[in-house]
Amino acid sequence: MIDVLIIGAGGAGLTAALSAQTAGASVLVVGKAYPTNSQTSMAQGGMNAALGNVGEDSVNAHIEDTIKSAHGLCDDGMIQKMCTDAPKTIAWLESIGVPFSRLDGGLTSDNLLQSNELSAGLTPNIKTIAQRQMGGASAKRACYAQDYTGLKILHTLYDTCLKNNIDFLDEQYLLNLVVENGTIKGATFLDIRTGEVKHINAKSVIIATGGYGAIYHGYTTNAYGSSGDGVAAVLRAGGAVSDMEFVQFHPTALKGSSILISESARGEGGYLVNTKGERFVDELKPRDVVARAIFDQFQNGQEVFLDVRHLGEEKLMKLLPQEVELCKLHEHVDPATELIPIKPVAHYSMGGIDVDSSLEVTGIKGCFAVGECSNAKVHGANRLGGNSLLEITSFGKIAGEHATQYAQSVPNHDENKYQLLQDKRYIEHLYAKEHSINFYEKKEELGKLFYDKVGIVRDNVQLCEAMETLNTIGASHQHMGISDKSPTNNTNLVDFLEFSNILQLAPTIISAAITRDESRGAHFKVGFESLDDEKFKMHILSRLDTDS
Amino acid sequence: MHINILRSQTNTHQAYTLPEGESTLLSALVHIKATTDATLTFTVGCRASVCGTCSVRVNGREELACAYKVKDGDMVEPLHYHPVLRDLKVDKNKAKETLLNSTAWLQSFTQAALTTKDEKHTETQTDCILCDSCYSACPVYAVNPDFLGPFALTRAYRYSTDKREGDTKAIIDNIQNNGVWDCTLCGECTAVCPKGIDPKMDITMLRGMSIQEGYTDPTFATQSFGTPDFGFDPNAGF
Repeated sequence: MIDVLIIGAGGAGLTAALSAQTAGASVLVVGKAYPTNSQTSMAQGGMNAALGNVGEDSVNAHIEDTIKSAHGLCDDGMIQKMCTDAPKTIAWLESIGVPFSRLDGGLTSDNLLQSNELSAGLTPNIKTIAQRQMGGASAKRACYAQDYTGLKILHTLYDTCLKNNIDFLDEQYLLNLVVENGTIKGATFLDIRTGEVKHINAKSVIIATGGYGAIYHGYTTNAYGSSGDGVAAVLRAGGAVSDMEFVQFHPTALKGSSILISESARGEGGYLVNTKGERFVDELKPRDVVARAIFDQFQNGQEVFLDVRHLGEEKLMKLLPQEVELCKLHEHVDPATELIPIKPVAHYSMGGIDVDSSLEVTGIKGCFAVGECSNAKVHGANRLGGNSLLEITSFGKIAGEHATQYAQSVPNHDENKYQLLQDKRYIEHLYAKEHSINFYEKKEELGKLFYDKVGIVRDNVQLCEAMETLNTIGASHQHMGISDKSPTNNTNLVDFLEFSNILQLAPTIISAAITRDESRGAHFKVGFESLDDEKFKMHILSRLDTDS
Repeated sequence: MHINILRSQTNTHQAYTLPEGESTLLSALVHIKATTDATLTFTVGCRASVCGTCSVRVNGREELACAYKVKDGDMVEPLHYHPVLRDLKVDKNKAKETLLNSTAWLQSFTQAALTTKDEKHTETQTDCILCDSCYSACPVYAVNPDFLGPFALTRAYRYSTDKREGDTKAIIDNIQNNGVWDCTLCGECTAVCPKGIDPKMDITMLRGMSIQEGYTDPTFATQSFGTPDFGFDPNAGF
């Protein structure tokens, strides 16, 4: 029997796999696509670590910035752990070959490591890693690889997994977690290629399936597949999700296509200007503040543009080559000479699967969650740019270690067929069922509904309207189904299952947003514009029975 | 506007009508699936040219669907040399095995303080998104399905030239069979790479490194010497 089953093959899943294997576990990584297809590839700007390679910095400053941006909704101990681990995590990534951007000049006597840093396992070569400014950071702290940081970390992790003979099973769509008496026993999957519904037996499971940004379909930087599959599976299995109302809106997505333009564009000196050509906000404030400032401009009839012309073509091509290409392709704009039209769109799910300090899922023993799907309470009400790549790589390691420890402490168990039979029956039912409503239309409708009414600036009237509309869509789910009846490679079926997950998660976001009569970080509510620690310095947890 | 997509069940091109106006091929495919034909099968990912999921061939040339703007009459087909699972969805596992066979990873970490010059040295190679476009465009696969191929060799070069690599020879040893010498240097891979990577040049560099490690071009030995191309006959006088 597999010791540790890892669901999701992005940066968090791959790091967890390497870590669990090192800890002595047998490991299997399953994902709904191929490992390098994952959302991690889209992270552009950087990964935070207080190396102090470019000016003064300290781990304490990193901790303070992160806590400040979390607006009280965080676990200080978890943040301390993540930020303290950051230099070591960078050193590890350096040791597996991540091609970070570098500083000119290399090692000097000024930036050589102290003996205490050397004894902590850091290597001198991390001192030549370049670091850039990100919003909300008190120092140039984000290590990067041009504007392909996530891509290059992800691919290096993948290469390292191949080196270590990690087993992969691609194109497996997670259906349900198998849970017996509150304890994990494996999970069920739809093999997308063969159409087979199968059960994978495992002593321990790590969920690393990513966020739920696809709820904002059409208004998100996220990939199509960011449908919160793991988060919804935890809900169905009796686990808890928390802080679901905290969805980060990235200030600068391309206006027409919602494609991300990295925060590093502002970090490197880019301005935000309105139709009149006026700057209206300090561009280096945290994302929630900048996104709201842009929203205000929209309310006043202004358009908003990112202006990086003054950086010059050479610098743009060196620091932001990917962005330049994307602007030309999708907006027909050359950033070196023209303004880039932008809008804020949904970007990151701060909330997710509720976990404790060992990343074990609240309510499901032996099941762990890491990365964007989880709520490890390090981002709180607003994530800092550069902290998500850090979270997946530093906490991925921890998840792998804890899952291994757990797996080694429990005996083998027999295969539980109950969930498998139920899921087989459900898929058969979907094939047999006639439908009258096109769920793709509802997915569009839901995306717009969420952007308009559960977006950057919220109010209770709109939230309640959104809940009503959502209930109507939810009630019509029984009239939706698949048109494609092919037993194999049925992506219509996968799309439907993803949409069903979105529908399951949507009410947890709205109901928590309605409950939270205050403004905190990414959650801003008209009529309750200030922070109310007395009533709301708490995490709102949802479980299926209380929400349905 | 019409586009024609090769359907695997019938092995014929099916024409689909699209609304007028600019659209990426990926948006067009998503639109068709959502409104006209839910059975049309393809793979989608990030929409931003970085996840490597949506590569197909348009009018015979490899393209990322998310970065290609559709034109009337376009012929859309799946990648070459990949088993077609359904319509435009292909099995990439065999292609991915080339990474394993070429051992394209850091073999043995050695400390080296890298500079911006070192960063530049592998910057383009590490932009690879494993979209398999180069693999599909490579004519060697028509005769040798076990060829390590462009993306794996570019990755092998990226690690073998990294100053942190303490055992370059291990990689060089593993790219001799079905590797650097099997390439015809035709440059098709370079022409189709959506990230501007030049596997042909990387393979040429790997050949140089192979010679430094004591390997010779196995095809060289079988060539006829003394042709005008070579100028002199190394065997002359023997």
